[in-house]
Amino acid sequence: MGGLLDLDLVAARDALRAGETTSTELTRAYLDRIEATRNLNAYITVTADRALAMAKVCDEKLAKGEGGPLEGLPIAVKDLFCTEGVLTTAASHILDGFKPPYESTVTSNLWGAGAVMLGKTNLDEFAMGSSNETSYYGPAVNPWRAADDAETKLVPGGSSGGSASAVAGRAALAATGTDTGGSIRQPAGFTGIVGMRPTYGRCSRWGIVAFASSLDQAGPMTRTVADAALMLSGMAGHDPKDSTSAPLPVPDFSAGLEDGVKGLRIGVPKEYRIDGMPAEIEKLWAQGVEWLKDAGAEIVDISLPHTPYALPTYYIIAPAEASSNLARYDGVRYGLRVDGDSLAEMYANTRGAGFGAEVQRRILIGTYVLSAGYYDAYYRKAQRVRSLIRRDFDQAFETVDAILAPTAPSDAFAIGAEVDDPVKMYLNDVFTVPLNLAGLPGISVPAGLSARGLPLGLQVMGAMFEEAKLLRVARALEKAAAFAARPAMLEGI
Amino acid sequence: MAEADSAQPYRIQGETGPWELVIGLEVHAQVTSKSKLFSGAATAFGAEPNSQVSLVDAAMPGMLPVINRECVDQAVRTGLALEARINEVSVFDRKNYFYADLPQGYQISQYLQPIVGEGVVHLDLEDGRTCEVGIERLHLEQDAGKSLHDQHPSKSYIDLNRSGVALMEIVSKPDLRSPEETAAYIRKLRSILRYIGTCDGNMQEGSMRCDVNVSVRRPGEGFGTRCEIKNVNSIRFVQQAIEYEARRQIEILEAGGTIDQETRLFDANRGETRSMRSKEEAHDYRYFPDPDLLPLVLDPARIAELKASLPELPDARKARFMSEYGLSLYDASSLTEERATADWYEAVVKGGSGKRDPKIAANWVLSELFGALNKAGLDLADSPVSADAMGGLMDLLGDGTISGRIAKDVFAEMLETGKDAAAIVEEKGLKQVSDTGAIEAIVDAVLAENQDKVAEYRGGKDKLFGFFVGQTMKRSGGKANPGMVNELLKAKLAG
Repeated sequence: MGGLLDLDLVAARDALRAGETTSTELTRAYLDRIEATRNLNAYITVTADRALAMAKVCDEKLAKGEGGPLEGLPIAVKDLFCTEGVLTTAASHILDGFKPPYESTVTSNLWGAGAVMLGKTNLDEFAMGSSNETSYYGPAVNPWRAADDAETKLVPGGSSGGSASAVAGRAALAATGTDTGGSIRQPAGFTGIVGMRPTYGRCSRWGIVAFASSLDQAGPMTRTVADAALMLSGMAGHDPKDSTSAPLPVPDFSAGLEDGVKGLRIGVPKEYRIDGMPAEIEKLWAQGVEWLKDAGAEIVDISLPHTPYALPTYYIIAPAEASSNLARYDGVRYGLRVDGDSLAEMYANTRGAGFGAEVQRRILIGTYVLSAGYYDAYYRKAQRVRSLIRRDFDQAFETVDAILAPTAPSDAFAIGAEVDDPVKMYLNDVFTVPLNLAGLPGISVPAGLSARGLPLGLQVMGAMFEEAKLLRVARALEKAAAFAARPAMLEGI
Repeated sequence: MAEADSAQPYRIQGETGPWELVIGLEVHAQVTSKSKLFSGAATAFGAEPNSQVSLVDAAMPGMLPVINRECVDQAVRTGLALEARINEVSVFDRKNYFYADLPQGYQISQYLQPIVGEGVVHLDLEDGRTCEVGIERLHLEQDAGKSLHDQHPSKSYIDLNRSGVALMEIVSKPDLRSPEETAAYIRKLRSILRYIGTCDGNMQEGSMRCDVNVSVRRPGEGFGTRCEIKNVNSIRFVQQAIEYEARRQIEILEAGGTIDQETRLFDANRGETRSMRSKEEAHDYRYFPDPDLLPLVLDPARIAELKASLPELPDARKARFMSEYGLSLYDASSLTEERATADWYEAVVKGGSGKRDPKIAANWVLSELFGALNKAGLDLADSPVSADAMGGLMDLLGDGTISGRIAKDVFAEMLETGKDAAAIVEEKGLKQVSDTGAIEAIVDAVLAENQDKVAEYRGGKDKLFGFFVGQTMKRSGGKANPGMVNELLKAKLAG
């Protein structure tokens, strides 16, 4: 059994094609594992029957030598993607009982490629959070424990915390995530897996519950870089139903993965060396630079001068868009309704009860920065800074092929440790948000362990729509890092 | 009292002197299109509640708007017809507010960068004056749904059929100075929209609605503070609302008060406006560019294509009717206000031998046909007499087969039976008598029977000539050629 769960996405695909196992067998193994890891609270909904039904169809295809690139591979879906007939919550009370009559484009693409749906994973409410603690369904738990404290439960990061926990805890072969300010990369870093955010527009946003429309982007969360490449191919593609989806063909992201970084120029941005960054993270970053240098890359010191403004800019633009995007949850048509004596009272009751504290905080911030008299000082200025940040990257990518930086400023923290300090919580995103503001692709690769024995990620950032090159650099980094540590909970499976 | 003298500008006479009205209009015109502005749902009027609602219109989670190119083309066509600047780049913004029939919690509209900029509408006023009304802008936006408050004692029902339907908001400059000018502006705008087929202009069904901005001032002074009267849905109501609102403002100002800038509603039953919300209560719409949509970029080649596809517009057609057909301004205006009327008229004039008299045809269409249709409560489209049939009647009239008087009888018969003119004339023997001998016999008989009057006439009572004509026509059953009757009578009476 353990052997099956140890297969990564690419290996499982090969095993299925070779007839060494079946989708049904693989899917059952994961469904059992999901049951065994309920304490991770990684899933909000498990779709066991559907998974087995899908697996059966896959096996029939595989037996005939047919099937798509992901045929028979059981994966988990962040519960922000609408899935037809399956409860979709965005981890919010306000979407109580909501079963969409439609399927998101990304998940449609995945099922079309043959993937099997295990269930819907936990997340921060409406993807707003960096620890998965704002979920109405309770926090997802990181499979990892600190070496010196096996008792304290740690966050898996967020917002795609459930997906990260599931993949790291072997409760899914791979999972989808969404990354608005780092929501794929930071949890990937915290749980020792690979998490990739593609270029804005690479994956359709249609059918994904919107948080901040100009920043949201779906991506894969996997065990390896090769898995990420394989899964991204199954997710991406132009979608006429999303006006911001890029009308570009989807390249074979797996091709050229092993081409190495010889001759590539890797930028190291000085602005990411922030005050108070733990020495071990700085050290890992330097190590990453050495690895790529040893692999033949040319290292270039670069400057992204507007980086210090990225976090405040992000925390204006994202809440502004969110305040408008979340206006539709009003109790009139679907989800929760808490009645009142008037329409206004029904709104207040419904939204007061339906949204958690962090979501309410961001709606308030967003409403404030868009309001008359403050728009110019906040939203408009933030948009200007955003252009400058984008320009920083454009200029950098004139001279470099990719940029290397840490994924997050710390390793995973204890559940409850930062939940009362939103500003401290927001600082988790300091290395990830600039990329979202620029609309660029990035990937977190597990690169080492902290002194506490917890995984740390390094982040590679790429130029617009150059995911293939980004993956190539990430693969070189992965190879050099040879990260083999496993959380203790995986012992004996 | 409003002054009636048309040569003078419109003024309202207050206690302290004359006041001038300043009026600007925001017209919401529903775009004629098969589907909504950002979804594929249908737009037909009068469908079962909530039967034309897509996932996008209902604002289901994760749904995204995709611009409907047909609606964009319609807005561009309208802009071109209003002689306006077309903006090659425009931006859709979100206008945020909560209401039960606004599913997204925001309306997608255009705020700072509309698709159409400044343009102009030319008005011909009833007193013969012409004037120009500036267009400030035209932008595309979504309509909201409909709240039904009268279906249940304590609940409101929501119908989302209209949610997401494309509207053009056409904003005029504050160039209008009287209720009549405003009415003329709305009629002209509607005429243009209907010509180019971008809005059906049906105010009863709500496909054209007006927000009216009214202020008053002493002639020659700067603008006063305005009030906006929302959602007025007929031209008559617009005129009433302006009149009422102007008088209300004048009363306040003359009593030493000031006007509060506010949004008001027109109560059609009472013929008055009342406050809806003050400036302080105004919504903060928190406009910002919709991140789900890219800026709308128009290809200049497409704009040129749309321009080339525009039909002849009412102003041009009116001018041509005057120059080509020799019609009066009034007749040309009346015939060209509706494209269907103008087409109908031209079908009459240009049909058949092509020798039909355009002026006579105009008279027939405007008085006889429209009179009859009005009486029967019919639209031109439902006319029992086709343009072709009307042309046939014109031919009989033109070649002297029947007289004008007979033509009216024939026309009445045509309306009733749907038969064509020639058949009716043949059947009833109404053919005009142009045989000199036959007419002469009738004239002789008339003169013989009225010896006394002949003597009076010859004694200088010229007015009796009409009597002889009447008698002759009567005796001929209206069929005698009137010209010949005149000639013969003159000759014989002179004798």
